Amino acid sequence: MTHNNISKERLLYVKKQKTSKVLVALLRFGILILIVGLWEILARLGVIDAFLMSMPSKILITIKDLFLTGDLISHVLTTLYETLLGFLIATVLGTVIALLLWWSEFLRKVLEPYIVVLNSLPKIALGPIIIVWFGAGTKSIIFMAIIITIIVTIITMQNGFLATEKSKILLMKSLGASKMQTLVKLVIPASIPTFVSCLKINVGMAWIGSIMGEYLVSKQGIGYLIVYGGQVFRLDLVMASTVILCALAGIMYALVVMLEKYITKKR
Amino acid sequence: MEEILKLDNVSLTYQSENGETQAVKNLSFTVNKGQFIAIIGPSGCGKTTVLSLIDGLIKPTVGKIFFKGSEHVLTTKHIGYMLQRDELFAWRTIENNVFLPLEIKKINNAKNREYAKNLIEKYGLSEFKKAYPNQLSGGMRQRAALIRTLVFNPEILLLDEPFSALDYQTRLNVCDDVYSIISLEKKTAVLVTHDIGEAISMADEVLVLSKRPATVIAHHVLDLDKSKLPLKRREDKNFAKWFDILWKELNYDA
Repeated sequence: MTHNNISKERLLYVKKQKTSKVLVALLRFGILILIVGLWEILARLGVIDAFLMSMPSKILITIKDLFLTGDLISHVLTTLYETLLGFLIATVLGTVIALLLWWSEFLRKVLEPYIVVLNSLPKIALGPIIIVWFGAGTKSIIFMAIIITIIVTIITMQNGFLATEKSKILLMKSLGASKMQTLVKLVIPASIPTFVSCLKINVGMAWIGSIMGEYLVSKQGIGYLIVYGGQVFRLDLVMASTVILCALAGIMYALVVMLEKYITKKR
Repeated sequence: MEEILKLDNVSLTYQSENGETQAVKNLSFTVNKGQFIAIIGPSGCGKTTVLSLIDGLIKPTVGKIFFKGSEHVLTTKHIGYMLQRDELFAWRTIENNVFLPLEIKKINNAKNREYAKNLIEKYGLSEFKKAYPNQLSGGMRQRAALIRTLVFNPEILLLDEPFSALDYQTRLNVCDDVYSIISLEKKTAVLVTHDIGEAISMADEVLVLSKRPATVIAHHVLDLDKSKLPLKRREDKNFAKWFDILWKELNYDA
């Protein structure tokens, strides 16, 4: 180590940066502790109604009980299955459709109004139709997750593909590249960053879809637990399920961020 | 001298929703093997369109373009097109960027890759061959782009204001750089630019185009010392004379 080469100003700067990072981390955690702590204390003191608001200790106990009976795992797995399947199908299918729309300007022009309308339509309105078509079960929930995620995927990816620099396309043309070569060697690799940010959006979309689907029809899953808890006025259960949902969505998002880091490192 | 490219009374009319625009009108000129021709004209006169016509990217509405005496159909094999910016792909290493034309033309064999590697070596990019474009300076990137253009051994190079994206200092250096590579490789070149100085310092002959629809209004054979590099040629006693002539021709029309 060449400590002599580092100036005082540099050391001060590094220290400042470090302090700021620690402060942010502490405050983030502090806010959580404060809210949870205040919630617990106020509920215990009877300032807020623990029946309507629940309280952190009760939520933890509910999660523990759910876990011990083995219910938690099966509920989590059900929702995870629906979300992941919806996420994967919508991402793959949406990207493929976007590719076709990039390929054919004609198709793009023809289908544009349909995509715009489908995008603006609140998909929940399709609930009854979906139930009639796909039955009151997992299929409907997955379909809901797909339809919510796929439209966003199509629009995002199509814009990404179309945003390929015109001058780079000219370069490919001047080299005599076919449309397929332009797609494979230029458009797709150039759209990887768009694809990654699309994945991030899709994580959120797929969760909306699966939970919304479970609100409509379900006998199992986190969404089911929330609806059921609400109906029988067990706010502990509602809160516990929401906490679990937060954790799951957070983990899935973190995984996509890790994937993003891996991809950008490779490029 | 062997005639390599000939434009015979070429006209081009664009069709768009708002009507038609005549971009090029009765354009005729020839390029001989080993020549360096510069085409200058006022901005927006359709200089780039002329290169696109030569490259076969667009077909002339009227007139013919001959390549080595025959009307060309698939000439992209023989023509290397260097664009305004380097257009290197950020996700490919310099070496893989240079290989791109070989992949596209499906001639990515050991012999051609060896040729590419030699060019990289010869023009001082070997220490950067595994680097990504964003790790190189603007001048280096432009040199890499030129090597990418040379890699399939084209007979004519089309240069579309290849230095316009660089700052002035880099520009003069890269100009020397590109010129020496082109003359070392004994390539025929057609340079399009709006920079009069660049045209005089690099070319053997200069064509002056009118504003749209572009047509040739003057054709000059320059009398500068061709053994000198472009930057040195700017000191030539005839440089100022040609600058004056071309400046007036460009402005007369505008």
